[in-house]
Amino acid sequence: MPALPRWLRQPTFPAWPVYLLGAIPGIAFFSLALTDNLGADPAKALERELGEWALRLIILGLVITPLRQSLGINWLRYRRAVGLLAFFYVLAHLVTYILLDQALDWPAIWADIVKRPYITIGMLGFLLLVPLALTSNNAMIRRLGGVRWRRLHRLVYPAALAGAMHFLLLVKSWPPEPIIYSAIVVALLGWRLLPRGGRGVQAGS
Amino acid sequence: MLLRHAPDLGERDVTPKALYLSRRHLLAGAGGMMLAGSAVAAPLTAAKSSFSTDETPTPLKDVTSYNNYYEFGVDKSEPARNAHRLTTSPWRVTVDGMVAKPTSLALEDIIKPTKLEERIYRMRCVEGWSMVIPWVGFPLADLLARVEPLGSAKYVAFETALRPEEMTGVGGFLKVLDWPYREGLRLDEALHPLTLLAVGLYGETLPNQNGAPLRLVVPWKYGFKGIKSIVRITLTDKQPETSWNMQAPQEYGFYSNVNPAVDHPRWSQATERRIGEGGLFAKRRPTLPFNGYADQVAGLYTGMDLRKFY
Repeated sequence: MPALPRWLRQPTFPAWPVYLLGAIPGIAFFSLALTDNLGADPAKALERELGEWALRLIILGLVITPLRQSLGINWLRYRRAVGLLAFFYVLAHLVTYILLDQALDWPAIWADIVKRPYITIGMLGFLLLVPLALTSNNAMIRRLGGVRWRRLHRLVYPAALAGAMHFLLLVKSWPPEPIIYSAIVVALLGWRLLPRGGRGVQAGS
Repeated sequence: MLLRHAPDLGERDVTPKALYLSRRHLLAGAGGMMLAGSAVAAPLTAAKSSFSTDETPTPLKDVTSYNNYYEFGVDKSEPARNAHRLTTSPWRVTVDGMVAKPTSLALEDIIKPTKLEERIYRMRCVEGWSMVIPWVGFPLADLLARVEPLGSAKYVAFETALRPEEMTGVGGFLKVLDWPYREGLRLDEALHPLTLLAVGLYGETLPNQNGAPLRLVVPWKYGFKGIKSIVRITLTDKQPETSWNMQAPQEYGFYSNVNPAVDHPRWSQATERRIGEGGLFAKRRPTLPFNGYADQVAGLYTGMDLRKFY
């Protein structure tokens, strides 16, 4: 394989611009919704967009290890930013549901959580991400130790599956997006089940 | 610069709508931008109806930009972008099956003998949102009377046009529904005075994304029962197959009457959000049995278990 430029293979710029960049869609969609530029049902559209961005960011986070091991592209230093952004999008999605979609109707929300599999699964996915967000800092990595921290952060795998399932279960019929996202999540998790030799591991990575 | 003309323009100087519409039509033809017979809204004259609600109609912009019309895409913004491809003129509708006078009628001949009415109806989508739409149309019963249903007829089946060359959503690797789109009513539901064949909304011919040139409106049922762009109406003695029921029978019943007490298996039907009401902070409102038309239609279902016949 021809060598990729170094800025792509091993970028060295700091992580903070990733946070700024990642916040753009959320801020943009919220402003569009506030100014009545997000279609006829802005609360629903905002909820949907935030959820979809959460899923995209979770997928982006899951891409980083395969990129590094299979293609020698090392974006590891941005994974925390991507993961935390994903969590904030999930949180914003949940807040939109509770505040704008259900308008704090707690009995209805509770009924949804216990009765609607897609909401049950979505909530489960959110809960799985909470400890990951809380431990996404150097202090917690030191406190837990690398092995335990890595083991804990494997919770992102069931969380990603939950996110994809949540999307698949809420749509009518079989529109393409949830199917595509689910296929990507399954492929990225499947890759991790491959024996190391089967992952196309690059020398020196 | 000097203003040479006094502001003496009055109402009479405004180009009449019919005229500018016909100019627009000419331009469209000349530019080759649109096919002949594509959607150009034309004004309709319609009498007021006592069946209309006095609730505030949903803004036209929302009614025509937020549509479920899967033949033109699964996203609710897609029909407004894609449905202009549908050729709606000429248009013929076959009315056949268990009738004394089966026929195939041009749209003009369907509309001509009828008296168009404006019916402002609530519309409740199975997805949990609702609108108030000023339809223009005539009772389905009027059309059915012309073909004289036989005593053996028990149901009415409807079919949407299927035109892969014009419909952007019917092809593809994963079919979202088994085309053509099909719907059905029991004959007594079809003959109910509330049941409307709509040819327009907001005083003009239907925009394509709303089901031009002819669609069904059954205000006490979920919106998907309101089949769009109808090409066939068949009287039958068997309960017709209906598209969403074929797709997911445990989720969408043949009747699909609006019922806050019977949830969709995956979401609640107890509340709805009224589109165009309060923007981002619009509150949900309780959904009413039969979408608020219980007084008129509940009698059709006396003795039926509506949990079983959802």
